[in-house]
Amino acid sequence: MSLRPIAGIVLRQLYLLRGSPVRVFPMVTWVAIDIVLWGFITRYLNSVSGSSVNFIPAMLGGVLLWDFCTRIMQGVSTAFLEDVWSRNFLNLFASPLSISDYIAGLVITSILTSSVGVVVMIVLATGVFHLQFFSMGLPLVAFMMLLFLFGITLGIFAAGLVLRLGPASEWLLWPLPALLSPFAAVFYPLATLPTWMQWIARALPPSYVFEGMRAQLAGGGFPLQLLLGGIAVSAAELFLATYFYARVYKNAVRTGLIARYSAESAA
Amino acid sequence: MMAAISPQRFPLRVVKLRKTYRTKTALEELSFTVQSGEILGLLGPNGAGKTTTINMILGVLEPTSGSVLIDGIDLSKQRERALAKTNFAAVYAALPGNLTVKENLRFFGLLYGISSLRQRVEELLTEFDLGHLRDAKCGVLSSGEQTRAALAKALLNRPQLLLLDEPTASLDPSAAQLIREKIKTLAARDGCGILWTSHNMNEVEEVCDRVMFLSQGRVLLEGDPKSLPQDHGSPTLEHLFIRVAREPLVTP
Repeated sequence: MSLRPIAGIVLRQLYLLRGSPVRVFPMVTWVAIDIVLWGFITRYLNSVSGSSVNFIPAMLGGVLLWDFCTRIMQGVSTAFLEDVWSRNFLNLFASPLSISDYIAGLVITSILTSSVGVVVMIVLATGVFHLQFFSMGLPLVAFMMLLFLFGITLGIFAAGLVLRLGPASEWLLWPLPALLSPFAAVFYPLATLPTWMQWIARALPPSYVFEGMRAQLAGGGFPLQLLLGGIAVSAAELFLATYFYARVYKNAVRTGLIARYSAESAA
Repeated sequence: MMAAISPQRFPLRVVKLRKTYRTKTALEELSFTVQSGEILGLLGPNGAGKTTTINMILGVLEPTSGSVLIDGIDLSKQRERALAKTNFAAVYAALPGNLTVKENLRFFGLLYGISSLRQRVEELLTEFDLGHLRDAKCGVLSSGEQTRAALAKALLNRPQLLLLDEPTASLDPSAAQLIREKIKTLAARDGCGILWTSHNMNEVEEVCDRVMFLSQGRVLLEGDPKSLPQDHGSPTLEHLFIRVAREPLVTP
């Protein structure tokens, strides 16, 4: 890997943010709305449930972590889409930039852009709704790492999908997190799902994270087994997504799709 | 005057390059070289295989067979090293319109791994008279300004090989003349090998040291653009181009 080309990809995104500050707006707005909305829902649930269950850590914590994962994915795919929108593929891929440098640049860009949203979420959730987000300690770091890896995996997969199916397929990307959320078991235990959905859920690292988080909050201690399972699934899927992207890219070079990509649909 | 250079280190050496799409042959075993300081014109009607050739040299289209060596480096084996020694400008590959001229040059400068980038960007802004446009977004520039910006980007890495696909296509005669002068100076001063495509035969005659006519993926003619028309019984290069485009020639 070479540092300069990676820095180039990151710098381009920073230039875009500087040149058009309105791009910061969606980074902050949606996560803030989610936290406010779910914050009040959990408050309401706490007031009517009459039980000793505190919904705030489980539900608001879940929203925060799921949004974190979604932002990471969107950070990678949006940085990729910038090249689609500006019809920049020929300039980009006719340069000495390697696939690994390009992906590394997209990932670092995503870390920077998504961290803005995460900070806003944490400030709102702790300041307004008194979520003790960091009270989970070390497992929280592991949970976030797993969700980070899955967000990267989804972002790389989404970029490969757009490269394969053409620019119009970007509309498939935006609903992807919503499509996966029922299987991710963000708000309910995995056992709530029918068996066939549980099988799909087990193929998604977030289900391990949210099961682990609930176990931890219920006083079950460090959910090592769940974390190890999540890491194994996550590593395998990251490898598969990168392999998928590399295959799609090689196919695009073989067929000349990269050079012709400015067309609306290359499918 | 072309610099003497060993055959292995031509800025560009294309060997038996072939591209087929299922049953259609886009390019048939094309072989040629571009020497240091030479401007080679790649001519032919639409669909002749010019852009296919350029795309394969740029590594964005995989040949079915054959090889591309840039400054002696095999593109298929050392893609990044080979592409670091080349660059291009084309009317259909404008710089991202949402970045300023300076931002684009810095962005691409980093992709090409340029050291002392700040200084190099300033040199190019001055050389292409873009200093007053440094903070203008490329999307709002005129065609001539965009071409100058694209050429500045193409020279960031002081390429051994420069590919120019119709670089003056959208320019007025005065702007086109300035660009031609700059390119000729570049080839003579820096010894850069240039592959140039154009449909403007007067321009080709003025700029190119040698031309190669492509038709249906094959080289039909090759030679000095000043003597080639007479050699083939045509009054002008444009007349010859039209003949070649309409019917294959039998070379004497």
